Amino acid sequence: MKAIVNISLKAGVLDSQGKAVHHALDSLHFQGVNDVRVGKQIILKLDTQDKTQAMSDVTKMCEELLANTVIEDYEIELV
Amino acid sequence: MKVSILQFPGTNCEYDTQYAFEKLGATTQIIWHKSESIPSDTNLLVVAGGFSYGDYLRSGAIAKFSPVMKAVTDYANSGGKVLGICNGFQVLTEAGLLPGALKRNDSLHFISKFHHLKVINNNNVFLEKLNKNDVVNIPIAHHDGNYFIDPDGLKELEINNQILLKYTNASGEAQNPNGSVDSIAGICNKEKNVFGLMPHPERAMELILGSDDGIKMLQGFLK
Repeated sequence: MKAIVNISLKAGVLDSQGKAVHHALDSLHFQGVNDVRVGKQIILKLDTQDKTQAMSDVTKMCEELLANTVIEDYEIELV
Repeated sequence: MKVSILQFPGTNCEYDTQYAFEKLGATTQIIWHKSESIPSDTNLLVVAGGFSYGDYLRSGAIAKFSPVMKAVTDYANSGGKVLGICNGFQVLTEAGLLPGALKRNDSLHFISKFHHLKVINNNNVFLEKLNKNDVVNIPIAHHDGNYFIDPDGLKELEINNQILLKYTNASGEAQNPNGSVDSIAGICNKEKNVFGLMPHPERAMELILGSDDGIKMLQGFLK
């Protein structure tokens, strides 16, 4: 089973990279972009086929290491 | 006075820190991160600056799981004095020994220059030899120095006099190089035995190199 973890800065925490990318898109005359957030994606290959187990393991990994929950949110997708 | 200085793979300020404290008359020892204990005669533990574990994932995120960090946490929790400089500050926030987090600088640039700092609180062992509102000139050198804490956390810091230093200009007016909340450059924990700051006092020890204001700061620890 694969776990895809998406990590981004929390709403309300200024995302300077997102802002810089937004500015660059504006400079390239791309229209209609309201907001840009830049995050990171971590892909984990897991031994288990048990979704509940996988979700609980990866949640623990996010809380302890993968995300800094003071400033970041994470979303886990299992495939 | 014995100062123990932590060294992770990628730490690069341990020898500057050693030089600074020895200049002030302390004895020092560098502690490799694999050590599971710190010397029992340690009076001050310094988490030195650099790029521990290449700053992979986030600055300080991997270092917090080094074998030595358990001993650091025990030492801090039993009242031992801990100072984190730059990457050391990042490690201490990641380890939960100090509140908040250090984000990428707002400009997205690595900033390396002298910057003025104003003393906000001096009722702690670190800055007690300085006066409130004193301005010092200390080098900063960081990519992730943008201090973040939520509004409730900031209020806590203010109420408990935990804000140590803020970035200013030479006359002490706010000047923010990196986007830090409230221009915060350094804080301590509620118990006032764990200290963290992004600027490098250990790099300001010789007038010929631009400033010796670091002496005034670090000698607070020398009793």
